[in-house]
Amino acid sequence: MSQTSVSAAPPIHPAAVAVKTRGALYQLTERKALPGAISIIGFLIAWQLSITWELPYLSNIPYPKDVWDSLYESVLKSSYWNDWKMSLIRVFVGFTVGQVVGIPLGLAMGASKTIKALCFPVFEMLRPIPPIAWIPLSILFWPTEELSIYFLTFIGAFFVIVLNVMQGVSSIDLSVKRAAISLGASRKDIFFKIMIPGSLPSIVTGMTVGIGVTWNVLIAAEMIAGHGGLGRGTWEAYTNGNLPLILVGMVSIGFAGYITSSLVRVIGEKAMPWRRKF
Amino acid sequence: MNKAANGKIEIVNAGKIYDPAGIHVVAVENCSFNLEAGQFVSVVGPSGCGKSTLLNTIAGFDTITSGEILMDGELLASPEIQTPPGPDRVVVFQGGALFPWKTVSENIIYGPVIQKNMERPEAEKMAISLLNRVGLTKVETKYPSELSSGVQRRVEILRALINQPKIMMLDEPFRALDAVAKSVMHNFLLELFDENPRTMFFITHDLDEAIYLSDLVVVMTTRPAKVKKIIKIDLPRPRRLDVIKTEIYRNIKADLLSIVHEEALKAFKAGEREMA
Repeated sequence: MSQTSVSAAPPIHPAAVAVKTRGALYQLTERKALPGAISIIGFLIAWQLSITWELPYLSNIPYPKDVWDSLYESVLKSSYWNDWKMSLIRVFVGFTVGQVVGIPLGLAMGASKTIKALCFPVFEMLRPIPPIAWIPLSILFWPTEELSIYFLTFIGAFFVIVLNVMQGVSSIDLSVKRAAISLGASRKDIFFKIMIPGSLPSIVTGMTVGIGVTWNVLIAAEMIAGHGGLGRGTWEAYTNGNLPLILVGMVSIGFAGYITSSLVRVIGEKAMPWRRKF
Repeated sequence: MNKAANGKIEIVNAGKIYDPAGIHVVAVENCSFNLEAGQFVSVVGPSGCGKSTLLNTIAGFDTITSGEILMDGELLASPEIQTPPGPDRVVVFQGGALFPWKTVSENIIYGPVIQKNMERPEAEKMAISLLNRVGLTKVETKYPSELSSGVQRRVEILRALINQPKIMMLDEPFRALDAVAKSVMHNFLLELFDENPRTMFFITHDLDEAIYLSDLVVVMTTRPAKVKKIIKIDLPRPRRLDVIKTEIYRNIKADLLSIVHEEALKAFKAGEREMA
């Protein structure tokens, strides 16, 4: 800004400056950058101190620095990235097949009482079985290890999405359906133009929950049955007694889960512009 | 909007019994009244008295178990016949039933486009001109959740009107609105009605609302619902708010209040829910 325009501007009231500084700090805290940084740095300090002070049980934990070094070493190795790739592919395949099969089934069960009456009893019989309990059967049943892991991740996503979509369809307001019928919608229109968009919020919820379950199942499956993958990598670090590497594995799994969940959330927001505009 | 063709409704000895073999609830009994073409008819009565049953039967969502309902001389509903819902008898629901995933203009054009009566661009143009005519500008690309409930309700009424229904049915449409928003809605509805009178079936609990809007107020009895009294509202149209200060208005209100009070008292004694 030039000298003239500054002098031309009205004098700044003393209070205005104070408001401005508070505003900047407020903005920083509002964005959660500052509390976020404090939280993470505080955690790292507590971690470091609990080892230096030899707190009971905690002194076996590796120093943050060791974990950092181990992570640095890992990211330079292609095997580490190969683990990422394998896990991501397994999650992607199982999760996607889960959606492709689960969403139509959920829609059909929500829309048709007959289909629900036929499918729901079996569904409710299998649903309470934790996905991890499927591991032994899956290993024996599927010809390859990879297929059995795909199947397990599929199970993790499948039940969650079906249940959410079904409830999503049945929770659509009766007046909304009636309004559409009144305005001339056919049965087909009701299904495609009311039930599908109407259950979209539930579909996205089901996907968000499902991606988390998928990671859970994947890690357990990899530890027991897999070759490669982040879960297997972490398990091998355990068998080698490499504590820093175990933590690298854990952090990597957490980060991978975070990335995929964010992806699902972004897709959800893109699919529902009427929810984003708030 | 063009003039709607006819839209006369005759309700003849209509009755509705829920679960005749079981608990046998008589919701509506021997109910008869007419809605002349282009007449604004309000129906008032205790909650759960079967007003909505009649409305839903005309709309095609419910059935009657005795009597018949005719539209323009043709049988619309009887115990044997149920005419499926259609855009000639559009309902505006109590809780609001806009499609949340569609913008205002997409909501309004839903009927004409799905019935293939209009091409999309043509319908969109019409939607915008309708919105502008009622003073709603720059809302066509908004989603319902971004609008106040009063504006939502106006959009919903336009969504019904664009189909040029023979009869429009409104089931306590303004119940959730505050007094200020309500009076705006009343004038909005009256302006549309004066511009092109079509048959209106309006359910309400609000006596002032019923008188101010209607040509005819039908008072229903406590369940089983029968017609207790039909009051003709001889107030000139177009109506403006100052009509409520007139002698005629006050007399009608007093009349109506005493009739309704009598019925509410019966409902109260019967242990049923009081009038809201």
